[in-house]
Amino acid sequence: MRLPNTKIFNTALLAVTIAGSLLLPAHAQSPQEKGLAIAVEADKRDLGFGDVTASMEMILRNQYGEEVKREMRNKTMEQDNDGDKSLIVFDNPRDVKGSAFLSFTHKNRSDDQWLYLPALKRVKRIASSNKSGPFMGSEFAFEDISSQEVEKYSYNYLRDETLDGREHFVIERDPVDAKSGYARQVAWIDKDEYRTWKVDFYDRKNELLKTLKVSGYNQYLNKYWRADSWLMTNHQTQKETVLNFSNYVFNNGFTDRDFNKNSLKRAK
Amino acid sequence: MAKKFFPVKNLTSAGAFGLGAVALLAAGSVLANEFSGHVASQTRLFMQAPAHQKQQQNDASASANLEYYHDWDGGNQRIAFSGFSRYDNNDSERTHSDIRELYYWRAFAHFELYAGARQVFWGVTETVHLVDIVNQDDAIENIDGEDKLGQPMVSVLVERDWGTLEAFALLGFRERTFAGDKGRLRPQMQIDANNALYQSSAGQQHLDFALRWSQVFGDWDVGISHFDGTSRDPLFIATPSADQETTLTPFYAQIQQSGIDVQATLGDWALKLEAVSVKEKAAGRNTALVSGFEYTLFGIGNTDADLGLLMEYQFDDRSGIRRRNSQNDLALGMRYTLNDVEGTELLFSLSRDLDNSSRFYSLEASRRLNNYWTINAEARLFSNMDENDPGFDLRDDDYLELELRRYF
Repeated sequence: MRLPNTKIFNTALLAVTIAGSLLLPAHAQSPQEKGLAIAVEADKRDLGFGDVTASMEMILRNQYGEEVKREMRNKTMEQDNDGDKSLIVFDNPRDVKGSAFLSFTHKNRSDDQWLYLPALKRVKRIASSNKSGPFMGSEFAFEDISSQEVEKYSYNYLRDETLDGREHFVIERDPVDAKSGYARQVAWIDKDEYRTWKVDFYDRKNELLKTLKVSGYNQYLNKYWRADSWLMTNHQTQKETVLNFSNYVFNNGFTDRDFNKNSLKRAK
Repeated sequence: MAKKFFPVKNLTSAGAFGLGAVALLAAGSVLANEFSGHVASQTRLFMQAPAHQKQQQNDASASANLEYYHDWDGGNQRIAFSGFSRYDNNDSERTHSDIRELYYWRAFAHFELYAGARQVFWGVTETVHLVDIVNQDDAIENIDGEDKLGQPMVSVLVERDWGTLEAFALLGFRERTFAGDKGRLRPQMQIDANNALYQSSAGQQHLDFALRWSQVFGDWDVGISHFDGTSRDPLFIATPSADQETTLTPFYAQIQQSGIDVQATLGDWALKLEAVSVKEKAAGRNTALVSGFEYTLFGIGNTDADLGLLMEYQFDDRSGIRRRNSQNDLALGMRYTLNDVEGTELLFSLSRDLDNSSRFYSLEASRRLNNYWTINAEARLFSNMDENDPGFDLRDDDYLELELRRYF
């Protein structure tokens, strides 16, 4: 469960683009190049975090202000040259307690996902093309909470903007995957630490659908920034979901064996 | 009431031993441990008068499921327990308890060890579970073969680059549960479950072995398995009894069963195959397979809901007293997932026998009421049942089941 723009970056194509802009100083950086460079820099700053666990609390609020709570635990492991592996164990609501969700994020192809159903002791491989579907009935789509890879978007630098007293780059991200629920996203990334503070999501009709506001950033291991709270507001339904993170723990020493079908079955 | 609610029956000796172990360990140092579970009240309303005069019209029951686990040694050791109990107002057989799981697990550097009663599921398909053989069906719970009895075992699991290999020594046989005299969803002739026969002279003490290799190849999940031991599916031998009423005696043969299960998950498609080759001792070799797909339409009609369309073809060349419902059948289904806060789900399926046009309809629905309560419904209809079909005995047992669950 990582913040947007935090992924190891090393595809040749993108490297060439960057190299090109460095080698040709006379060449004015285009908005596309500048947008990409910002995404790449944000990604680079989170490189090498290794692994992390966190507790997650989701508060789903409907248009009448009624609330329900979800609780889960997440562990994530960074992969060399590919998207993260992550495992989410559900604690609440109680009927899904013990269910667990394993996903392998990939840069250039669809993710691999498995679900463990404790009542049947069954691990089911599930279709990962379900990107735009709601996660646990919340305002977060699967694609909002899965590991954000640089390669999953094309970029466009829009402007600089001050928000809450911080200087930001404002960039547009267009999902590469046709199955995405979004025509585009607009992200506010601060100039000092390249953290994402706000994202506007536009639906396929290019109308403003949701806004994500991120708050409570803390730095871990003197390098990696993680937020305590994500607030997603749906402008079309007036519903919102707060996703609170707590108990971030790094350096758990996970291996790939902590992220496979066998460990999914064992997850408690 | 409490005493009646937990009639300790079907407890395995391994289970009783393990309970003591849990009590001892609970006093030890705590890394992670937790109780959870649910209680439920269930009503089954049968739409027709029963075929047999002793059978009751409707039934009400209450069940409880309690789970506990305890991890220690840095997460390298675990004791897990899962116990189930049901009290049924009509059917004394359906009033039963079982230790679903009670095992000790330990991770060593190069392998994992399990000892105790466990539940192990193998397979990928939805309408028939062919390769899934480790656990006996708790058939009195549901006819769908998805409720299982705990199986005592010692098993070893290794994970390598070439896949996951699990070897099982299955200690002690669990007999299938059947509805009693007054219960519905049973054959016309009563099953004499207390006098089951075994092909092996070792009877219930026969030591069974199972082996399974599984691996993920990109979009493909593949498993190959082999089982050598007592068949979980009994044959029924008609036996005349003293009061001139013929009963059915379960006969558990010795079998060797090799199985393969494959799922390819390609975009919105899941393609599935399960196949087994079964050699029964002193009988022939048989083949069975189930294969099909599930295709999911995500976000139908601009809503959050998903609609899954599934189709599975079932084939089984066992004949005579070995004949299965799934000998040549086609199952079509729809899974409607609302993806709402209440987690509302509907699963409808229709199975049609291609030889004799018997039809079986099933509808399962579930919805969360709040964080602790859910309501579940299940309707099953046996239509146009052919008298040669093994499902013929259930022709008058169409039912609607409603269940209210409280999780804790």
